[in-house]
Amino acid sequence: MADTGSARAQILGGIRKALNSAEGSEEARRRLATHPRNLIPARAQLPHDRQVELFAAMATEVSATVELLGGMAEVPAAVADYLAGLNLPAEVRVAPDAALDPIPWDQRPTLTVTKGRARDSDGASLTGAFAGVAETGTLMLLSGAERPTTLNFLPDTHIVVLKRGQIVGTMEDAWDRLRAAGGADGGRGALPRTVNFITGPSRTGDIEMRIELGAHGPRRLHILLVED
Amino acid sequence: MQPTTHAFPENARKALSDERLQKVLAIAPAGFVNRRKQAADRLPEFEALRDQGRDLKNHVLANLDTYLEAFESKVTEQGGHVHWCRTDQEARDAILGICRKVGAKTVTKGKSMISEEIGINDYLESNGLTPIETDLGEYIIQLRREPPSHIIAPAFHLSKADVEGTFRQAHTDLPADRVLDEPKVLIAEARQVLRRKFQQADVGITGANIMVAETGSTVIVTNEGNGDLTQTLPRVHVVIATIDKVVPTLEDAALVLRLLARSATGQEASAYTTFSTGPRRPGDLDGPEEFHVVLLDNGRSALLGTEFQDVLRCIRCGACMNHCPVYGSVGGHAYGWVYPGPIGSVMQPALLGVKEAGHLPNASTFCGRCEAVCPMRIPLPKMMRHWREKEFEQNLQPAAMRRGLALWGWFARRPALYHAATRMAVRALGALGRGKGRFASLPLAQGWTQHRDMPAPEGKTFQQMWAEKKLAEKKGKR
Repeated sequence: MADTGSARAQILGGIRKALNSAEGSEEARRRLATHPRNLIPARAQLPHDRQVELFAAMATEVSATVELLGGMAEVPAAVADYLAGLNLPAEVRVAPDAALDPIPWDQRPTLTVTKGRARDSDGASLTGAFAGVAETGTLMLLSGAERPTTLNFLPDTHIVVLKRGQIVGTMEDAWDRLRAAGGADGGRGALPRTVNFITGPSRTGDIEMRIELGAHGPRRLHILLVED
Repeated sequence: MQPTTHAFPENARKALSDERLQKVLAIAPAGFVNRRKQAADRLPEFEALRDQGRDLKNHVLANLDTYLEAFESKVTEQGGHVHWCRTDQEARDAILGICRKVGAKTVTKGKSMISEEIGINDYLESNGLTPIETDLGEYIIQLRREPPSHIIAPAFHLSKADVEGTFRQAHTDLPADRVLDEPKVLIAEARQVLRRKFQQADVGITGANIMVAETGSTVIVTNEGNGDLTQTLPRVHVVIATIDKVVPTLEDAALVLRLLARSATGQEASAYTTFSTGPRRPGDLDGPEEFHVVLLDNGRSALLGTEFQDVLRCIRCGACMNHCPVYGSVGGHAYGWVYPGPIGSVMQPALLGVKEAGHLPNASTFCGRCEAVCPMRIPLPKMMRHWREKEFEQNLQPAAMRRGLALWGWFARRPALYHAATRMAVRALGALGRGKGRFASLPLAQGWTQHRDMPAPEGKTFQQMWAEKKLAEKKGKR
């Protein structure tokens, strides 16, 4: 084992000597406390309606599919039809997330719905999202007791329920929302264990630079964009 | 990995006559170049963001101690552990120690250049563990026991037929008569094989593109999702990262992210950008129970305050090598170690010493394309020049080269003599070559004439023409 105590002292000491700084900088501490924004591109600085359009356009560009729904009541039919349209089994593993409780699954009894973290055998998952970032068509998902991360990566098909009102312009706007929600980690101000920014389905260009979908994560990313 | 950087001239010659490699190099870098240009053109603020990226990293380096301490205290606060390591050996030992403590047998890995730098795979293997690369490109080259040839596209030098051969040899439990003719099929096979490995692994090792001091988070940027499976499924998540990867805040991470994907692959955003903070929380249904950050220096802090400090701004996007005519001619393996291309020509002398890596900063025409596209505006050519000076100072070049340079220097300091000599040489060469207009071979210039003809000089020297032009302008003004 490395003697990390003296390694720490030596690395920090070397840095301080090179920088000529004895006890750290006030400027740096202020930056940490105030987290100022850098330049924000104009692209997503739009009225909310246009941000929603931009989100859908950017997500579609990276091979996600976007379906507009009038309310949570339409989710079961949309999921069943989506899976049927791809000849996939009528089974979906759903995050045990209270935000998804309003979905009336019993309206589609032919669809098998189970809840929990992803298992190897799960072909399709459905999760909520914390935010959608219009600038790049990116989904922001948080881990937590109700939101297992494995659902975002193990199944071949990932379906995400995103409310219109959850769409923001930029990643910075999304961080602001998370800070306002107390880090969404029991109000402790810390980030959850995992924050996933997801832009389209899994892909690789590692063989002859040809982009193919479904490398290790989901082959399909279907976004249900639901009216508030 | 034992460096062969000292053998760059031979490596390069071999690469130049490798037809298979030349076929790949003729196409692939251009793809990266076009995609980056499209992405940059699409974002009007891209150049201004590059300025801000440079300024941000300069600020970080000027306050590195504060940000590293802040990062450490946040990781600890969240229940994670930071292991400070001065050298590659300390980092290997730290990782092996973590693996031993939990009785690990199988270790999955996300893509990490630092793990290549410290040679962790060989070390774990020689200590009885089984490391498995899960990034498709890294997996392929691990099976072939080759080093990566590009920092973001490690199997860049291989064709799909090469990959097919590799998979047939490695995946012997699959039917021998299966068809493996398309990338899609090859990817599906790797996915299926690696799924089992993800489930077996006790420890998952990833790199970090960014560390966030404000929150104690590490960030990985990937397209495949392998990094996420690597760090979510095993009981222990180990992050290996170097001290220069820290940024102050989440806002600053957003700035780096806007530059990274566009510069690397020309994407607006990579498919997966993941912030990891500490181990799983009480009640979480998945995620690792332990979170370790192996924080490595390995010679970086020694660059602070030197003429090489700016290289620590690097975010490892690979744009410099994609745009480099030298990399484009010889590929990544010729550089003989972990970092190829212009960034390698600056980093490898710093990490391996000028004696081992001195050829690299010399293998440049100083065309400046690397600096022109670097998202962090690192003055790579200037730094290569610094390494050349160091090499000269340390008396490392061959005697003939030093004598040649000294002779040239003697002439260059005596302009009248220099001009007279060049005029004479130009006239003599012009007269000799008048017949064909070019030379197929020239004494002292075989380095040029082996590959192409040297045109015979016509008329006057540049200096003469320049002087005459200036004179004519002066007369015109009168």
